[in-house]
Amino acid sequence: MMKNTPIEKIASATPDNVARHIRGLSDRSIAWIFVAPTIFLLLAINIFPLIWTVWLSFTNSRVNRPNRDVDWVGLRNYERILTDSDIWNTMQATAHFLIWTIVLQVLIGFMLAFLINKKFKGNDLWTTIIVFPMMLSPAVVGNFWTFLYQPQIGLFNYVIAFFTGADPASFSMIGDVHLAPWAIVIADTWMWTPFVMLICLAGLRSIPGSIYEAAECDRASKWRQFWTITVPMVLPFLMLAVLFRGIENFKMFDLVVQLTGGGPGNTTTLTSIDLKREAFEKWRTGYSSAYAVILFVTVFGLASIYVKALNKVKER
Amino acid sequence: MSDFIHNLLRLRRGPWEMVASVLIALGVAMLMQPFAITLYTYSFITTLIGTVMFIIVSHFPE
Repeated sequence: MMKNTPIEKIASATPDNVARHIRGLSDRSIAWIFVAPTIFLLLAINIFPLIWTVWLSFTNSRVNRPNRDVDWVGLRNYERILTDSDIWNTMQATAHFLIWTIVLQVLIGFMLAFLINKKFKGNDLWTTIIVFPMMLSPAVVGNFWTFLYQPQIGLFNYVIAFFTGADPASFSMIGDVHLAPWAIVIADTWMWTPFVMLICLAGLRSIPGSIYEAAECDRASKWRQFWTITVPMVLPFLMLAVLFRGIENFKMFDLVVQLTGGGPGNTTTLTSIDLKREAFEKWRTGYSSAYAVILFVTVFGLASIYVKALNKVKER
Repeated sequence: MSDFIHNLLRLRRGPWEMVASVLIALGVAMLMQPFAITLYTYSFITTLIGTVMFIIVSHFPE
């Protein structure tokens, strides 16, 4: 018999003793053989480092001193972190960044999606232009906004001056302790609003036109259609966008480091920046592990209740 | 309210998940609030209890 297909060629080339072994395997065993490498990788890359970090968080380990004895310090690292007012301020800076970026991105993203969803000339071109910031590297965006925020030459200051009549050189977005937290919010919103817009657009385009036609027949106003059809049907997509942006912004690092470096003072030092300093500048491995565990439990807890809420909305 | 307590005593998932969710949300709010450092100090233990409780009670029957 001719062996034409690659599978037939491989089958004929398999030695008899190996073929007998394979024939003897159950479907379940074969499934395990396929899944085992992935499980092994997950254990090696995710689970083992997690357990190792938890163990390190109870020690005074410093990776820059490998020959020093590592002592068990119990809950001392946690106690120091949770009574440190500087870290408390860092948490507040992170909360400010997280809340405002999500609120602005969801509002602007949804409005843009609503506009782009209308049929007009140049619709695709506008979509591409709006999505453009998302395609840039955060380092590039950070540099770009640093120039925009320059008091002497920055375009941002001139735009604000044009609307308020203030002197463009009279304020510095990244040099002022009150304005710097807003500077990072604006830059992140500019970069990531298109992402929220795309998710909302997917939600808006998934709503069947027949629902709106039925509402028109029932003489429902546009306002009522918006609140009783559009918003409930886009809500799961919006919640997904909030989940993605929330987790992503909780660990925001590159854009903010490039833009303000955590300053002035510690006003824009987010938890991820602080954690990196503790772990890789001060080399306090045990302490920074405890810090990382606190952040992990916070994000994990929030994500758990959020996914539960998302599933409830989907079931409706 | 009496249904809630009744289901809580019968170890049903819904009310227990609600309690765990409230604890997590409270813990995160305590972690990031700008008012009292004492609340910040006890935020992690509150979130941890809520998260562990959430993992356990999500295996309770409906």
